[in-house]
Amino acid sequence: MKSFSYNRSVLSLVFTFLGGAALLFIIAPIAGMYLNITPESLRESAYSQEVRDSIWLSLWTSMAGTFLFSFLAVPLAYLLARKNFALKGIVNGIIDIPIIIPHSAAGIAVLGIITRDSLLGSAGELFGIKFIGSPAGIILAMAFVSIPFLINAARDGFAAVPERLEKVALTLGASPARVFFTVSLPLAWRSILSGFILMWARGMSEFGAVIIVAYNPKTAPILIYERFTSYGLKYSLPAAVVFVTVCLLIFIVLRLIKRKS
Amino acid sequence: MLKIENISLKVGDFELKNISFNVDAGDYFVILGVSGVGKSVLLESIAGLIDISEGNIFLRGRQITEEKIQNRNISIVYQDTDLFPHLNVFDNIAYPLRSRKEKEIKDKVLKAASETGISDKLDRNISTLSGGEYQRVSLARSLAAGNDIFLLDEPLSSLDPKSKIELRALLRKLNRAGITIVHVTHDYEEAVSLANKIGIMENGTIVHVAPPEQIFQHPKSEFVAKFVGVKNFLRGNVNSIPDSDLKEFLVDGIKIYVLTDSGDGDSFLLINPEEISLSITSEGGSARNHFKGKITDIARAKMGFEVTVDIGKVELIALLSSESVNSLNLEIGNDIWTNFKASACKIYN
Repeated sequence: MKSFSYNRSVLSLVFTFLGGAALLFIIAPIAGMYLNITPESLRESAYSQEVRDSIWLSLWTSMAGTFLFSFLAVPLAYLLARKNFALKGIVNGIIDIPIIIPHSAAGIAVLGIITRDSLLGSAGELFGIKFIGSPAGIILAMAFVSIPFLINAARDGFAAVPERLEKVALTLGASPARVFFTVSLPLAWRSILSGFILMWARGMSEFGAVIIVAYNPKTAPILIYERFTSYGLKYSLPAAVVFVTVCLLIFIVLRLIKRKS
Repeated sequence: MLKIENISLKVGDFELKNISFNVDAGDYFVILGVSGVGKSVLLESIAGLIDISEGNIFLRGRQITEEKIQNRNISIVYQDTDLFPHLNVFDNIAYPLRSRKEKEIKDKVLKAASETGISDKLDRNISTLSGGEYQRVSLARSLAAGNDIFLLDEPLSSLDPKSKIELRALLRKLNRAGITIVHVTHDYEEAVSLANKIGIMENGTIVHVAPPEQIFQHPKSEFVAKFVGVKNFLRGNVNSIPDSDLKEFLVDGIKIYVLTDSGDGDSFLLINPEEISLSITSEGGSARNHFKGKITDIARAKMGFEVTVDIGKVELIALLSSESVNSLNLEIGNDIWTNFKASACKIYN
């Protein structure tokens, strides 16, 4: 018994060490950014109109994409959680494709459906919506690479709602639509909110797909990249730190809200 | 009220075959069967939660086999997992109520809550309810839905003994007030204490439907006899005895002393075979009941022997060890005394 607990304590010591190294690997580069920057350059960057515009563009396009596509993602997630159909496994796999393909390739794929010759592109033109080089295109590119996060989280959330509660609601005279809005959705809400945050955060930080669809107007990741390639690390770092700070603040606030709810 | 006609279905490994029975308005119908026999599946198919492959279901004379769940007007109450966890007690009960007038909803909720004894719990969170309270809220919600037929799936099995007794009383009260109840359970005591009709379920079908006394006194199959595990099950009348804490139970001219707090009147009596001892002469001691009879059967039981003694119109079964059977030289046809305490007699009425 003694040797067992001795082994266990050695094991947890080793795991603590390894786990700590992993954690350090995440923290160290970000902490390094903050340590390598002077307050003046940071202030200058934070007050720069170009930096502010790019961060605001990243925030609102990603939020808009998340919001718009949630009307499609949530119903799909519900179907995947509740219904059994042929090729369900393949559908689940398809959903993860945007995560596994290179994001520049994802950008090229999105570009394909929004050019003037494409159905969506020509339809957009009809209504005066331009996709390439515009916020609408950015929204699509961001949503393409980040929608799996919302679908997967919402699907897991719906799957965790006991089907029995939905059935009981039906026996109490509620219509399927009422059951969805008064039972399934409120009970899966936490997971959906999680997915919402993840999709937003992921879309906001997207670089590869967005740069192919719209180099301009510049989202924050593209602005950071442009400054890095044109002027070097010293000039790109402050913009990067400002953007990372905004992301972290939003992330912390949303996590707090989620914990409270 | 409810007519089940030859329904069959298959869900996963479960198969229900040719189930038929009738439930009249005001009935308390208990479906009794071991766990895993498909009782819950049967209930869910009646409520429309599971599709049946064959057969018909009629409710109040109307064919509802293909009817949508929300239009069937049948409530289902489960063991302990059917309240909406994100709503409080009031909102759970109010869930089936659709009215623009808030007062109308409030009145109906209050009425259902008072009928089920939870008027003081309306603001409570579901997670803070005890097992008994939980079931009451579930019943109140079914009442608020205005349905007059309830399907109960093992509603008492997760309750402590005290809540069980209280909830049984509530179920009886609801039944007397006009609610028709179909209740599935694996517990024969529950069946005896509540049902006016019992259906025995075995191998995915209902094998016997009858009033409790017939089910237990004349089990139609070996399964019923074994499953219910009930012997010495008698129907008779309980009467108080002046100046005594004992009561007498009269069955076919035989008077059995019982110690019970049940009321007088038509009742069932149950004596466990383990509680009956046999002796060559009338025993003294604390047992109040002594009957002389003739041994009509000696059968090997899972443990020991079951000795059947005819005490005149009534047969009692005693469970004895093989040592006792040998030392008393018991043989079929012998005269013997049966002895048991008044407190060994359980009364259900």
